[in-house]
Amino acid sequence: MTDMAHPPAAPAKRRARLGLLRRLNLSTWIGLVIVVALVLAAIFAPWLTEYSPSKQNILHQLSPPGDGHLLGTDQYGRDIWARLLYGARYSLTIGILAIVAAMIVGTFLGMIAGFLGGRTDIVLMQVMDVILAFPALILGLALVALIGATMGNIIIAIAFTATPAFARIARAGVMTQRDREYAQACRALGFSGPRILFRHIMPAILPEVMVMSSLWMATAVRTEASLAFIGLGLAPPTPTWGGMVREGYDNILSSFHLALAPSIAILLLVLAFNLIGDGLRDVVDPRLKDAS
Amino acid sequence: MLTFILKRLGFALITLICVLTLVFLVVRILPGDPALVILGDQASPDSVAALRDRLGLNDPILVQYASFLGRALQGDLGNSMVTGRPVTSEILNVLPYTLELTFAALVLGTVLGVPAGVWAAVRRNRIPDYLMRLVSLIGLSLPAFVAAIILMMVFAIHFGWFPVISAGNAETLTERLRQMALPTLALALIMMAYITRVTRSAMLEVLSQDFVRTARAKGVSPSRVVWTHALGNCLIPITTVVGLYLGILIGNSVLTEIVFSRPGLGKLILTALTQRDYTLLQGMIVVYTLMVVVVNLATDLTYGLLDPRIQYK
Repeated sequence: MTDMAHPPAAPAKRRARLGLLRRLNLSTWIGLVIVVALVLAAIFAPWLTEYSPSKQNILHQLSPPGDGHLLGTDQYGRDIWARLLYGARYSLTIGILAIVAAMIVGTFLGMIAGFLGGRTDIVLMQVMDVILAFPALILGLALVALIGATMGNIIIAIAFTATPAFARIARAGVMTQRDREYAQACRALGFSGPRILFRHIMPAILPEVMVMSSLWMATAVRTEASLAFIGLGLAPPTPTWGGMVREGYDNILSSFHLALAPSIAILLLVLAFNLIGDGLRDVVDPRLKDAS
Repeated sequence: MLTFILKRLGFALITLICVLTLVFLVVRILPGDPALVILGDQASPDSVAALRDRLGLNDPILVQYASFLGRALQGDLGNSMVTGRPVTSEILNVLPYTLELTFAALVLGTVLGVPAGVWAAVRRNRIPDYLMRLVSLIGLSLPAFVAAIILMMVFAIHFGWFPVISAGNAETLTERLRQMALPTLALALIMMAYITRVTRSAMLEVLSQDFVRTARAKGVSPSRVVWTHALGNCLIPITTVVGLYLGILIGNSVLTEIVFSRPGLGKLILTALTQRDYTLLQGMIVVYTLMVVVVNLATDLTYGLLDPRIQYK
């Protein structure tokens, strides 16, 4: 393990990465394919539909699927397929960015807490526990209502609710690694604390963090959709999936397809992130293979 | 045991005080004068000043903080800025609806989830297992409002078996149960998904242990091995998940309450948010925290009941 002091040669690293790709299981692949497809759909939305997501057409209100509109139109005559495609942009951006932010901040805080221990650990984790002592949805709801429902604020609010989870997992990881032989060897070699923590210990805990972030992206997408459904998402006429479900729900007696299409879209994206997370966990920790 | 409970209660108190402090600060930092919020933009400067005085907003911030904390710890969360009624009674009015929904969902989710998980573990890597894994994966990917809307579309609108609105004004018990059925099911499905997963993985681990082999070898019936010997040893992880998701369930109930127009904490917090009723909002945040803290404590104490080897220190 003392070899850790010398980084392995680059080709070996590349081979290891390819090996990881080859070890990905079916569940991860299905999830990845769905997410990539949705990302492409979001990027190329203008090429996939001729309609604008916000252009109203009072002549085609609540028209059923087919008839020029693939999935029909809503109560303002807006094309649902177009709104779904453009809406994917918001769900994906918010879900991914919020969790990336939470991952960076949470992992950093957790690693510091686990590595330093003592008072820093107690104070940091107590703060995290206070945040955790809260239903995440309610916390997100209150935050967004108080700071305003802009894209940046929604990302901050969701990231805030997810940060403690990352801090916890990173702290636990660091605490198991901290006293391992290689870490002691680093210390004996006189490496500085930050160097040991970020160059040597961090690679050991990152796989777990990655699994966690995929599962949390699922939660983040769900939270964003829930906020939009409640009416605390991005303001209309922005086509958010949760907001579309809400509009569909308001017209549920006359045209149920309005709520159904965005519901399926949300389910698909959340499912995809969950599949990736589950699959990655099996790869990262074969002991847990049956836990999924 | 007693020291353990006292210690945990002390910890809970610290958490609560932290949350109260945070809430106090956030509400004070927010732009907008609470007195102006209550009286509206048209209020005369005199009446605003008088109200500020009455609300204690002119006192030094530390005095405000101490009196807020003192009263909150005695259960007095102030009066609603909008209705003027005590926040505590506003909350207690709707709390039973949320609790009844949450616990019904919890029980139903457990009753469905545990056998499903056991079944999947016993039939590992066979069709029931794959089916259960798929269903639970979908279940935990389903936002509560989507589940609620789908149930509503199918069972309330298409078949008409249950009412669309669950306003909590039922007069007979059957009517009350009919109103509760769909919102409960929506939450229970999600709960069930989590419980199925954890039961399955815990069962798989236990079933591979030596004592299970021994029990089988000495001729204990297969069903007794599974349901008594093995499941008994899975209760701790299952309880952990139940406790963990009870908090999430309480949060998610806001979505089912909206879909089925049910009174409850969720509806109340939305009112507080849209009307900018900060006292009501801070009161609700305290109540939510309190519930999560109580659930956590109850989970910890259940461990001892389930496993006599666990000592509380």
